[in-house]
Amino acid sequence: MARPNWASQAARVAWKDLHIEGRSREVLYTMGFMAALVVLVFSFAFISGQEVTVGPDAVAGILWVAVLFSGTVALSRIFDRERESEAIRSLLLSPVPRSAIYAGKLAATAVIMFLVELLLTPLLAALFSAAIGPHALWLGLLLFLGTVGFCSVGVIFSAALLRARSRDALLGALLFPIVIPVLLAASRATATLLDPAAPDLDPAMFWTRFLVALDVVFVVVGLWSFEPVVMGE
Amino acid sequence: MSSRMSSSLKSSTAFVVGLLLTMHGFFVVTFLVANAPLEKTMGIVQKIFYFHVPCAWLLMLSTFVCAGGSLAYLFRGSERGDRLALCSAELGVLFGLCVMVTGPLWARAAWGVFWTWDVRLTSSLLLWLMLIAYGLARRYGGEGGRRLAAAMALFAAADVPLVYLSVNVWRTLHPTTKVVSSLAPGMRLPFFLSLAIFSALWGVLLTLRMRVERAHARLVELTIAVEDAEGRSP
Repeated sequence: MARPNWASQAARVAWKDLHIEGRSREVLYTMGFMAALVVLVFSFAFISGQEVTVGPDAVAGILWVAVLFSGTVALSRIFDRERESEAIRSLLLSPVPRSAIYAGKLAATAVIMFLVELLLTPLLAALFSAAIGPHALWLGLLLFLGTVGFCSVGVIFSAALLRARSRDALLGALLFPIVIPVLLAASRATATLLDPAAPDLDPAMFWTRFLVALDVVFVVVGLWSFEPVVMGE
Repeated sequence: MSSRMSSSLKSSTAFVVGLLLTMHGFFVVTFLVANAPLEKTMGIVQKIFYFHVPCAWLLMLSTFVCAGGSLAYLFRGSERGDRLALCSAELGVLFGLCVMVTGPLWARAAWGVFWTWDVRLTSSLLLWLMLIAYGLARRYGGEGGRRLAAAMALFAAADVPLVYLSVNVWRTLHPTTKVVSSLAPGMRLPFFLSLAIFSALWGVLLTLRMRVERAHARLVELTIAVEDAEGRSP
């Protein structure tokens, strides 16, 4: 039997994770609930009196902070499963290139996060009367790019933290300083798209391109460093 | 064996020269900085510049040396690279702290506020946070902590230009200043000498800290060997 190529191996790793998630829906529900709570916490903090609208800057910020915080939950849970019954050992012993395992994990986590974001964004638009309609597709692209950037770093750290006791506390502490440019680019672009008074969409275009460049850099560093990082497992 | 001894002798000589240079340099630079012409608008406050900028440069240098060491450790299993990464990250945190203390002091006097989201301030802050995160990963990362920290250093180095670019565009309203190239002639010598002396201090501290780490690694090895020997002959 011919050995499957790299892409199909990566797809199988991703499919395995999505299949497990499809059965339990654990990450989807806990992450979705967490994201909705972050949005609600911000609502209680920002809204006062009869005024229910906040500026597009704040809405974009709330959206991305919710994505980042809830994404941390998803990342740590996706690798938690590999710890049960030492599944990670079998995964790493299988004749699959480590980079394909990385790509598979990245794809699975990004898909789960993206599904949550697709539900979260309309909720946010409803709560803050934000106009997501005019640039819905562009917004979707931004969510996708931002999620890939976040996950490409997160998967590496989450894998390396597999056996650390203070895993949950450390993941956020390590991840957030690195992904600040992702947050900055994504929230600036989102704010421009949500602002009906924005004179032009040039900033959104710039930040979208910047996100693409960021994703390329992070994914390349991730593919390259995943193997030595998980070597001792 | 003799080549090892001669190389250790050479490194010791370089270390002693660096140490003497640094010790003398700090007297000379302090004298020169005190005698440098006063800046027209900021006056005496501008003297912070002679300490602040070298510290910021060393913060940057530490990040890249840390990434270089991490690269050698991750891809070639070099223990020395790992020690170099750890020691330079620690120095980066130390000099970063100097930047974070002297920066707001200067900003308060020059701009009237302790902090602005200026591109240099913000990217230095993020760089500093990444090095602190490196230390956290090293200390609390458990079994895979060293590899995790090395990955952190690689991402941090890849992040440096991205952080700078993104913050720069984010804060386009802030005027960019070219301080160093517009230095008055009387200020140049003290500034560049201060830069050199601070870099020499960094080298001396790095050498000292690397020696402590090497001794520590050797001690761990010996302890294990002794325990093994005791286990074999009860």
